[in-house]
Amino acid sequence: MGETSRLVDGVRAYLLIAGMWIRAGMTYRVSFVVTVLGNLLLSGLDFVGILLMFSQVDSLGGWTLPEVAFLYGLSVTAFGITDLLLGSSEGLGARIRDGSFDTLLVRPVPVLAQVAADQFPLRRFGRVIQGSLVLGWALFAVDIDWSAPKVLLVPVMLVSGAVIFGAIFVAGAAFQFLAQDAAQVQNAFTYGGTTLLQYPPTLFGKDLVRGVTFMVPLAFVNWLPASYVLGRPYPLDLPTWVTFLSPLAAGVCCALAGVVWRVGLRSYRSTGS
Amino acid sequence: MGSVRLYAAVAAGSFRRYATYRVATAAGVFTNTVFGLILVYTYLALWDERPDLGGYDQAQAVTYVWLGQALFAALAIQGGGFENELMERIRTGEIAVDLYRPADLQLWWLASDLGRMLFQLAGRGVIPFVFGALFFPMALPGDVGTWAAFLVTLLLAALVSFGIRYLAALSVFWLMDARGVMQALMVTGIFCSGMTLPLNAFPDALGDVVQALPWAAQLQVPADVLMGESAPLGAFAFQAAWAVALLAAGRLLQSAATRRVVVQGG
Repeated sequence: MGETSRLVDGVRAYLLIAGMWIRAGMTYRVSFVVTVLGNLLLSGLDFVGILLMFSQVDSLGGWTLPEVAFLYGLSVTAFGITDLLLGSSEGLGARIRDGSFDTLLVRPVPVLAQVAADQFPLRRFGRVIQGSLVLGWALFAVDIDWSAPKVLLVPVMLVSGAVIFGAIFVAGAAFQFLAQDAAQVQNAFTYGGTTLLQYPPTLFGKDLVRGVTFMVPLAFVNWLPASYVLGRPYPLDLPTWVTFLSPLAAGVCCALAGVVWRVGLRSYRSTGS
Repeated sequence: MGSVRLYAAVAAGSFRRYATYRVATAAGVFTNTVFGLILVYTYLALWDERPDLGGYDQAQAVTYVWLGQALFAALAIQGGGFENELMERIRTGEIAVDLYRPADLQLWWLASDLGRMLFQLAGRGVIPFVFGALFFPMALPGDVGTWAAFLVTLLLAALVSFGIRYLAALSVFWLMDARGVMQALMVTGIFCSGMTLPLNAFPDALGDVVQALPWAAQLQVPADVLMGESAPLGAFAFQAAWAVALLAAGRLLQSAATRRVVVQGG
């Protein structure tokens, strides 16, 4: 019961803080629209890169453009949702360094909710829009023999993908308690992760694929389930049923990230300035 | 002579300032290595399909990737150098204090940015590059002359990079909000410098256009000189022409901008 009410508290606090930042952001409407468009353009750059590559070749690692676009759309949309909701946690290290983190601790509101909603950047919605547009196009363009489980897998991938990325964001934020100006390490896993997943697994070395399947389970965001949807063999010769394990992987990641966050928070020592 | 010492001190101070962020530097090295790995595998697949794309072989494509990761932070290819600070000072009005200093505004920031670049080249650039050379076949020259020419292209690339970002920063005198400018710097920097794909591998007309723009001086030109794809003298001329044009434009804009400054009395 206690856990549930804490969760409700956290979500309510998150919504209130995010709402405040949204109202603040809306003060300058033109500026807001321009930054959303800018973000849309920025997050679209890597897809432009993929289009440029496909202007020179017909397939990459044996995958066609619509298939790569399918991977891309799934990865970017899932990541975009998480980046919108939790991306602000990147700034935790800066708050620890300048001492303003202490003010978050004395408020009667879960710290994680405050950190995640801090400066809530609605402009990051641009990435979600851009990812969904590519995904929408890919769903039309790709040659799939649709069945009920395949159709169902698409929203499951997006939700579990977002949760897996969320766990990485939280774990990364916890790591910042330890190394206060290492936000870049978090970027390697978050931005690096979503970039990696935009390309077919056939491109990468076996060890790298093993690493992102069993250690940081990024492969569950799209590689494994998308291989099933597209009817492609998975490079590590894993059985077909792993396709459906994404929600489980997401749950485990979440639990682990929660533990890491608590350990990190408990180890926090104020700068005292 | 005294002023040379002043700007050298500014550069040295900036170098030391960045050198204090040791954990951040290590984190940056890690990130650049991870991104380099992802890019190398995609390029290898691309060059498997199209050997000789853009006139590069696979080893050259790999070299290009790791050079890009090595220069990414130093040349502030997607922004994030001195200009963030300058834009903030313009926005808040602290720039008025800088204008009172007995030093030239442009040279001051150039010295400070060169100090930052030098540290980030050594601190953040060398390790990913060496990592790449150890684990992937690269196309590196064996003679000292080519390496020396490459170092000259790096210095010129630094001037061009500064020139672009100085212009962008000064625009805040008119725009007041820096966010749009920073986004524009990121988009043009990543796309036109060839961080996504070497510029010579762009499709025809688009490739010709981006290779003529100043951003080409930051990654494409040094890479081609290092790998013996273009003659050093022509490369120097291209970079120097852009550097002079951009720095001169910066001077002009600076004098127009500083006339706009109104110091508010308290």
